[in-house]
Amino acid sequence: MAPLLRIVDLHKRFGALEVLSGISIDVARGEKVSIIGPSGSGKTTLLRCINYLEKPSAGHIYIDGKLIGEAERNGGYVHLSDRELAKERQEIGFVFQRFNLFPHLTALDNVTIAPRKVLGLPREEAEARGREMLTKVGLGHKIGEYPERLSGGQQQRVAIARVLAMQPKLMLFDEATSALDPELIGEVLRVMRQLAEEGRTMVIVTHEIQFAGEVSDRVVFMDGGKIVEQGPPREVLLKPQQPRTREFLKHIQDR
Amino acid sequence: MYFLNVLEAKGWYFLTTLLGGWPETAGVAAASLVFALIVGLFIALLRLSRWRLLRFPAVAYVEFFRGTPALVQLFVIYFGLPDTGFQPSPLQAAIVGLGLNGAAYLSEIYRAGIESIHRGQLEASLSLGMTPASAMRYIILPQAIRTMLPPITNFAIVLLKDTAIIFAVGVVEIMALARNLVTETLQSAVVYLIAGAIYLCMTIPMARFAARLERAKRAWQ
Repeated sequence: MAPLLRIVDLHKRFGALEVLSGISIDVARGEKVSIIGPSGSGKTTLLRCINYLEKPSAGHIYIDGKLIGEAERNGGYVHLSDRELAKERQEIGFVFQRFNLFPHLTALDNVTIAPRKVLGLPREEAEARGREMLTKVGLGHKIGEYPERLSGGQQQRVAIARVLAMQPKLMLFDEATSALDPELIGEVLRVMRQLAEEGRTMVIVTHEIQFAGEVSDRVVFMDGGKIVEQGPPREVLLKPQQPRTREFLKHIQDR
Repeated sequence: MYFLNVLEAKGWYFLTTLLGGWPETAGVAAASLVFALIVGLFIALLRLSRWRLLRFPAVAYVEFFRGTPALVQLFVIYFGLPDTGFQPSPLQAAIVGLGLNGAAYLSEIYRAGIESIHRGQLEASLSLGMTPASAMRYIILPQAIRTMLPPITNFAIVLLKDTAIIFAVGVVEIMALARNLVTETLQSAVVYLIAGAIYLCMTIPMARFAARLERAKRAWQ
């Protein structure tokens, strides 16, 4: 079976700086992949390229065998229009480090706006789905609150519910707990763990090494815009083969 | 003392005569504000476009209308347009002239408001499958409007005062009536002071409103 996500020789340059230097990776349906690595290793850029928040400089991305963000025409590749791109992004959920909730909307409206305006669901149906998703992340009692009245952990859970309401095939987590106070990290990780147990396909950029080890099927260590090492968590995290991986893990443990 | 005597003898007559021009002043101000609000948004969206070909005319528009006197623009419309075969009425010329002029200023207010919204809001909208246009409509503009309301109100005050030049294209508003009264009675000081007072009675409540919006905005942030 074709992998759900396939990334082929992805490059990303910002001016003279090459942030990603030829990343290729396949993620199977239902697989949980954690990406770890030092700051500046390109993890976040890789994630942002997958749903075209950043346009790759070279390389291709496929979801379910379908090319993302571009189309093959006359033997070459052309970028998609805003409308075509928007359609493809519906299938890719993205959870941001800084939540990016819409401050002028209640928790429920944050979750229902995309189902209503993008998928065209009637309000009642979207709200039923929204309530269900907010309940799932443990916030069924907060549906009428505005983001500024919620804690960071609650805001991030609303953001996850907002993604779930679009029923994406693939969920991307960009350091979803890095902006949180330590005592709020657990509640967000619990929700992510629950999603992992449901068999969703997830790509998780994280600094939570222990969480990555427990939840993922595979851990990818990136450095300098390249994949240095990857494999089952027990191997990569406990018996790393590459000196750079060892050095990074030692550095993390010393903290 | 002399002025007080004039005020006592003729004040009421002056005031009632000048107030006869109030509908024109307020009407042109309101109509050109609506005109400017719509055209200004359009210019601002062009200005924020990612295509240089669309940005350029918007920049040129703003530079032209901000960089030339409003009176010159009014004259071009009122005295110049008839050369092309279309004769606008004084009211039409005034509304379109002040509207086009105001759109340049408003587009900059819109642009600042839109740019004040954190980029993460656009990215979150896009990642949920919205097009850039939907993101602007449902997410960016509703937030930006709160930032923009105080400067828009201030702009409305300036616009209201700027209607004092439209007598030059034949609109019979407060200033036109004031000039007539001065010709008739030679009482420049008292007549123009009363005219000024009428403008103040309109602008002070607006300024109060702007200050309240400003406070409300701070509370929300």
